[in-house]
Amino acid sequence: MTKVDILGVELKNPVIAASGTFGFGREFDEYFPIESLGGISTKGLTLNKRDGNKGIRIYETASGLMNSIGLQNPGVKGFIEDELPFLESKDIVILANLGGSTIEEYLEGIELLNNTSIHFIELNISCPNVKEGGMAFGIKCSSAEEIVREAKKVAKKPLIVKLSPNAENIQEMAYSCVKAGADGLSLVNTFNALAVDIYRRKPVFENITAGLSGPCIKPIALRMVYEVSQVVDVPIIGIGGIVNWKDAIEFIMAGATAIQVGSANFIKPDIMVDIINGIQEFMREEGIKSLDEIRGII
Amino acid sequence: MKDSYRKGIVFSNTEISPNIYELVLEGNFQGIPGQFYMLRSWEGTDPFLPRPLSIADIDSGRIKFLYEVKGKGTHIISKLKKGDGLSLLGPLGNGFDLSQAGKIALISGGIGIAPMLYLAKNLSGEIHIFSGFRNNAYFLDQIRPYVKTVNIATENGSLGHKGLVTDLFDPGDFDLVYACGPMPMIRAVVNICKARVPVFVSMENRMACGIGACLGCTIETVRGIERVCKEGPVFKGEEVVFND
Repeated sequence: MTKVDILGVELKNPVIAASGTFGFGREFDEYFPIESLGGISTKGLTLNKRDGNKGIRIYETASGLMNSIGLQNPGVKGFIEDELPFLESKDIVILANLGGSTIEEYLEGIELLNNTSIHFIELNISCPNVKEGGMAFGIKCSSAEEIVREAKKVAKKPLIVKLSPNAENIQEMAYSCVKAGADGLSLVNTFNALAVDIYRRKPVFENITAGLSGPCIKPIALRMVYEVSQVVDVPIIGIGGIVNWKDAIEFIMAGATAIQVGSANFIKPDIMVDIINGIQEFMREEGIKSLDEIRGII
Repeated sequence: MKDSYRKGIVFSNTEISPNIYELVLEGNFQGIPGQFYMLRSWEGTDPFLPRPLSIADIDSGRIKFLYEVKGKGTHIISKLKKGDGLSLLGPLGNGFDLSQAGKIALISGGIGIAPMLYLAKNLSGEIHIFSGFRNNAYFLDQIRPYVKTVNIATENGSLGHKGLVTDLFDPGDFDLVYACGPMPMIRAVVNICKARVPVFVSMENRMACGIGACLGCTIETVRGIERVCKEGPVFKGEEVVFND
């Protein structure tokens, strides 16, 4: 009943773990079988291993949190050697989230991922926490278009582009990415935001700004998913502050094929199980046989 | 499978010193000294994250936490009354190595005294505690039966030695040191003990998930970046790289 199809890949349900909040699934698999998820988007990968940012990395805000992890990850090769076998041992759809500082880095990463069992590449052009890269590609349409076009040339996996809410114009950004070859879109990544330590009289974060996520961004994320769904025909994965099944249904009704749950994983490790069950229950109560019936219905 | 959040019932929640509370919950909770639980006692998403608290004691169907009211979350927890429910995830992280014996020093700074009672109860050997506070001392009356000496330092001199707890102890007197407290104290203890006596430190950091996924609570160690919530919170002193 809850099955959804994304570019020919069947997901058991529309609930995907969002990149950066779920590691590579190991820690959560101790609390619930991650195979019950629709999919998992890996911690953001870069071609080479990264240690991430120094200083404070997490800061709580009203109904949300700011993070400046800075893409700490084992690198694409490290992922393929040490993390992917665990995910392959599970019956789960894998989105490999890939970021980078240069086009060459992205392309090399894609080539390595091409020869693996992952189902999708989620191209991260929206991480606000690394200098010279990540989000730099996701603000202006021209730079996004260029990287997506080059990525599409080498990618042998379906290419989902993860958009930044910090883009100059989200509709134009979405349209540009699809025109350049994106097979699907996921949105939104975190909002670039600021917190001040008033006693130190300095920004809380060493990078000054950091990425804001959680329920506080949900209404804006939802609006962006809706707007993007008006201008593109590719599958959209809705992300932004989803903490319960009602939020998930809202995103689907706004036009999302599937959704990702991020920060909410921190408030209860098995929260996505609750969300999946809630979606099922809602469908039963409302007599909905397939989520296709309500997708974009508003 | 490990349990996700489960319920505990408040037995007591007492302010034992200004802004310092002792929370006792009923329920069958496990854990070794140095491990922690994530606590949440409110509905909704503000505060968003649960609060990590170190195990202060576990005894016959009850678990104890000692906490300082610092922000919104601990403020809400401080208002809990007997019979109220709250959600707990844990025990989490790696606790102290309890296999050691000999002459042991426990060193705490401020609320870093939280794990010391449970630790003292579970160590064999001759235990001496050195506790530093800003002004008011607390929790030591409960620890006293399990240690040979209690040594107190206060910054304002209102009780015990006036100054820092690190002024009080000589690492040459001990076979092993355990420390928990603010970062400057931890750094000072590790420096004092360096190459003289093994020291285990309990680190703290801002946490989101508490289970090792978000990479928010990492510290630098000689092995690379490690997670306070997963590889820690207890580390060997010589493994921690202090940057500032």
